[in-house]
Amino acid sequence: MSDSPKKQSTGPDIHTASEQASDREGPAVVSRRWLLLKAGVALNGLVGLALAVPIVRYLLAPVRKDESYKSWISLGAADSFPVGETRLVSFKNPWTQPWDGETDNVAAYVRKEGASQFTVFAINCAHLGCPVRWFPQSQLFMCPCHGGVYYADGSRASGPPERGLFTYEYKIIGGQLQINAGQMPSLSNTAKLVNIATPAKDGDCPCRG
Amino acid sequence: MPGMKQSAKQIYNWLERRLQVEGPVKDAVLHKVPRNTASWWYVFGSAAFTLLMLQIVTGILLALVYVPSGAEAWNSLNILNHQVPLGWFLRAVHAWGSNFMVAVVFIHMAQVFLFGAYKFPRELTWTVGVFLLLMTLGMAFTGQVLRFDQDAYWGLGIGVFILSRVPIAGGSLVHLLLGGPTIAGATLSRCFALHVFVIPGTLLVLVAMHVWMVLKLGINEWPMPGRLVRKETYIEEYNKLAHEDGIPFVPGAFWKDLVFSAAVLAAVGVCAAVFGPSGPSGQPDPSITQTVPKPDFPFLWIYAVLSYLPPSMETPFILIAPILMIAGLLAVPFVASEGEKSWHRRPVAVLALSMVAVSWAVFTHLAMSTPWSPHMSAWSGDTLPVKYLREATPLVRQGAVIFQAKQCRNCHSIGGHGGERGPALDAVATRMTPDQMRYKVVTGGGNMPAYGKNLAPAEIEALVSFLETLHPKNEPPAFDPSQQANAATASTGGSGRP
Ligand code: FES
Repeated sequence: MSDSPKKQSTGPDIHTASEQASDREGPAVVSRRWLLLKAGVALNGLVGLALAVPIVRYLLAPVRKDESYKSWISLGAADSFPVGETRLVSFKNPWTQPWDGETDNVAAYVRKEGASQFTVFAINCAHLGCPVRWFPQSQLFMCPCHGGVYYADGSRASGPPERGLFTYEYKIIGGQLQINAGQMPSLSNTAKLVNIATPAKDGDCPCRG
Repeated sequence: MPGMKQSAKQIYNWLERRLQVEGPVKDAVLHKVPRNTASWWYVFGSAAFTLLMLQIVTGILLALVYVPSGAEAWNSLNILNHQVPLGWFLRAVHAWGSNFMVAVVFIHMAQVFLFGAYKFPRELTWTVGVFLLLMTLGMAFTGQVLRFDQDAYWGLGIGVFILSRVPIAGGSLVHLLLGGPTIAGATLSRCFALHVFVIPGTLLVLVAMHVWMVLKLGINEWPMPGRLVRKETYIEEYNKLAHEDGIPFVPGAFWKDLVFSAAVLAAVGVCAAVFGPSGPSGQPDPSITQTVPKPDFPFLWIYAVLSYLPPSMETPFILIAPILMIAGLLAVPFVASEGEKSWHRRPVAVLALSMVAVSWAVFTHLAMSTPWSPHMSAWSGDTLPVKYLREATPLVRQGAVIFQAKQCRNCHSIGGHGGERGPALDAVATRMTPDQMRYKVVTGGGNMPAYGKNLAPAEIEALVSFLETLHPKNEPPAFDPSQQANAATASTGGSGRP
């Protein structure tokens, strides 16, 4: 605070200097200068705007439709999965760059219910995405993060998740089990919120599709 | 010697003629501060600044080796840890520096709040401080991502799931955060850009503003009960205080700042040397499901809160609470810009601060033991105390095997080992009758999954007969009075539960 008096003294200084200048040069000259300054600002604004368009477009490049990130991927022969069991499979993410490293490995749980009846679960917990683990002995998926538990059909058993596990669309082409994958499942892209008071019946997770 | 002194003076003068910094520096260094602000309570701000400098220096040194590429980051950290001489130490200093910085910034904020230092005319200093806090947390989070191990991967995953709950824009925000559809190389690259360019740049500008205002407005005087802040008179009062009972900032107050900063740096160094760097844990391969991800220390409390929220509260809470918290912090100086500064006369402020501190400590502590998470390997790894199996019938033993094999142990502890998600079962037989146990096992309820479909009737019988034996010697198991009455009248009462 010791310098506050000095600050006050510099303020008026500048003020009087500019007043003297305007006295010498006349108001017309000064107002023209201000006009030119405004023109300069406007010019910069214009150029800035023109540059902003491509910059924003560049920044928003990753924002695309979910579907454009996805493609059909084979998980292997449909016959190779035993009926009534749930298996962990992994596949390469279809949308990938050479520098993705191991992050392009994606895992999923395949549950075969009948000869050509499957449910393919994302490993991401429907609560906050941690990888759930399958326990065949108790037929439960357990989440290591906040203790979410799911039944074998993917429906919610207990814990913080508000819905069942996410599922992938699947089809069988030429005996191959294929799923529509490529995007990290999350609440925004795979499904809307599901009321847990009315849990999914018969393992038919309403989030499919 | 005099010649050298002479030429040194000449060089100084030559520089000063051109730079002209002597005046402002002298002003800043020698400006008078109220005598009682030369206190050990006033050292946290400068310590935060020192830690920021430490983080910048160690960060640059780490960047000499670190490769910000999804495919290489994890490897380069391992090379830093194990091959580059003292690379581990630099990583450790950077990691501990980060922990200390977050802690010191919070302590600084608590002190400023408690001392009423945010009141007129220092409202903006507080506001800028709130943003400095957010930037510090932003650094901690992006730094955790740069470690690019399993914890980083799944921690980011949690971020994705939180963002994805934003109505309408959620999906686009997720794509923006990740730089694509999944956590991958692009995600690391943008976190790198944030961590080394965007956030530190902003941080430095804000720090400059913050310090500038502290110099211009003066250090907050020691709060005295009854000395009220009034906008009309405060500046005059403060100037009087600083001039009449003031001492120059250097050396009067500054030596304490120096000593404390040195102590903090030493503490960082010791922690780094003793505890070493954090991670990297396993490689960031999402197909490895054998992982128990946990966020870094500053975010543990959020992790705990997220596991206690009831599902229906979650989305509103996640989306609204942070906004309310930040808005609340920003509002503080505008709600209470005048009046009492002393904590002796601000019971609400003191209570609020203690509540925040206690809740934070409780949640952080809980998150370290995660009582809500199943212990993923308890069923296969934890042993049953022998005393429960001595003299057990084959049926009881079979029940014990089922208890382990069906992962009951992952959530229920016996003899102090096992999960804490459900209640410990050492004395379950004193609480529940066999019928109640059967019912609970089959239908689940509360936080327990229903096992009806996964257990054969014979298995349930075995399991319940094992659980029936779990009671202290001197305490009888629970019984159903109605059944006992039935037994007394010699009628064979079936299990009458619905
Ligand atoms: S992420 Fe699975 S319970 Fe929270």
